[in-house]
Amino acid sequence: MECVFGLVGKGFAIVAADTSAVNSILVHKSNEDKVMVLDSHKLLGASGEPGDRVQFTEYIQKNVHLYQFRNGIPLTTAATANFTRGELATALRKNPYSVNILLAGYDKGVGPSMYYIDYIATMHKIEKGAFGYGSYFCLSMMDRLYHPDMSIEEAIELIDKCIIEIRTRLVVAPPNFVIKIVDQDGAREYAWRESIKSPDVSMA
Amino acid sequence: MARYDRAITVFSPDGHLFQVEYALEAVRKGNAAVGVRGSDTVVLGVEKKSTPKLQDSRTVRKIVSLDTHIALACAGLKADARVLINRARIECQSHRLTVEDPVTVEYITRYIAGLQQKYTQSGGVRPFGLSTLIVGFDPYSEKPALYQTDPSGTFSAWKANATGRNSNSMREFLEKNYKETSGKETIKLAIRALLEVVESGGKNIEIAVMTHKDGLRQLEEAEIDEYVAEIEAEKAAAEAAKKGGFCFIILY
Repeated sequence: MECVFGLVGKGFAIVAADTSAVNSILVHKSNEDKVMVLDSHKLLGASGEPGDRVQFTEYIQKNVHLYQFRNGIPLTTAATANFTRGELATALRKNPYSVNILLAGYDKGVGPSMYYIDYIATMHKIEKGAFGYGSYFCLSMMDRLYHPDMSIEEAIELIDKCIIEIRTRLVVAPPNFVIKIVDQDGAREYAWRESIKSPDVSMA
Repeated sequence: MARYDRAITVFSPDGHLFQVEYALEAVRKGNAAVGVRGSDTVVLGVEKKSTPKLQDSRTVRKIVSLDTHIALACAGLKADARVLINRARIECQSHRLTVEDPVTVEYITRYIAGLQQKYTQSGGVRPFGLSTLIVGFDPYSEKPALYQTDPSGTFSAWKANATGRNSNSMREFLEKNYKETSGKETIKLAIRALLEVVESGGKNIEIAVMTHKDGLRQLEEAEIDEYVAEIEAEKAAAEAAKKGGFCFIILY
């Protein structure tokens, strides 16, 4: 039921993910942030086994930071993607991680880029992609409506259309989504799309 | 005594570990380094020995950051420093990964000192030939800290300290002139201590300033020259006011 999807626009990349933390029939919380800010100009949207997801993405994040401290400059998006894929591949025939990843980043000179990395260490550089049951609907929407060099407004419109499609057509659709964007000014949260607000429980 | 200095694991009859003491000699030959702790700022300064004309000085960074809130300067064998710094950087990230908290200055100092000590108690290895000055801000208390480690693996916290060449003169100066400072005054105190033993001028010293808000900032040569000019002016004014010779304290 987890959905992670994203696309590359003109000078930016967007990654959106659902925010439900689920264990069989129980929803633990509906505001779980699954799109990690890897460093100043990278986003890592991950879906899959919750334990693996957190463990693996934090591991990647700390290694990306270590590289920056060691070398004084950040890793490129391509290098990060290849490193991530390598870690998944190494673990694959021993203790595989069940994590699917959409890695988006902005590099000076290269611009925005997005990488599709699935749990068996397949890696593709893509302009639009999606994981999960939601991908059946998102990919079709994006195939129809995506075009290269979309503006932010057009891209958000497309993301919203995908979210609406997921909500209408997926039987156990996640209620809330987070949208994050990365461009030359950095990686940051763009918006939440909430159809169920977590109630604030007052302490008695 | 020469029989007791070959292997590190051997104590001499009078309780010395000669290899460690020789390592301290190596530190004494290294470039001067000073650290000063202010109320909201910590400053590290190192002496920059004349750079060869053909060398790209940007690749010779003497003050390095271990994490966003910790920086390190050292005196002694620079190659050993590289190894120690690398291990410390890994430990900083590893700590963040396992406990989801940045390291405190004391923690990473204890780690580095622990590493240095390990190499004084193993077979076939020699100690690290460097002393480090570690500065930073503790993540939640936001208090500044300055620590020093040495080849024996001891460490302690300081308000201000110096290591490397002529560290005794710098430390004496700091003991005489230390007072609680903040911001620019802390920077000036560090520069004044360095200028006691280093040729004056921005191109002979490297200064880095760390604040809780802005992290580590290396000062530009021009900025350092400005501070040096200010200090010289203050010195000249003080001399004119004193209007007399120096006071010597002659030690027998």
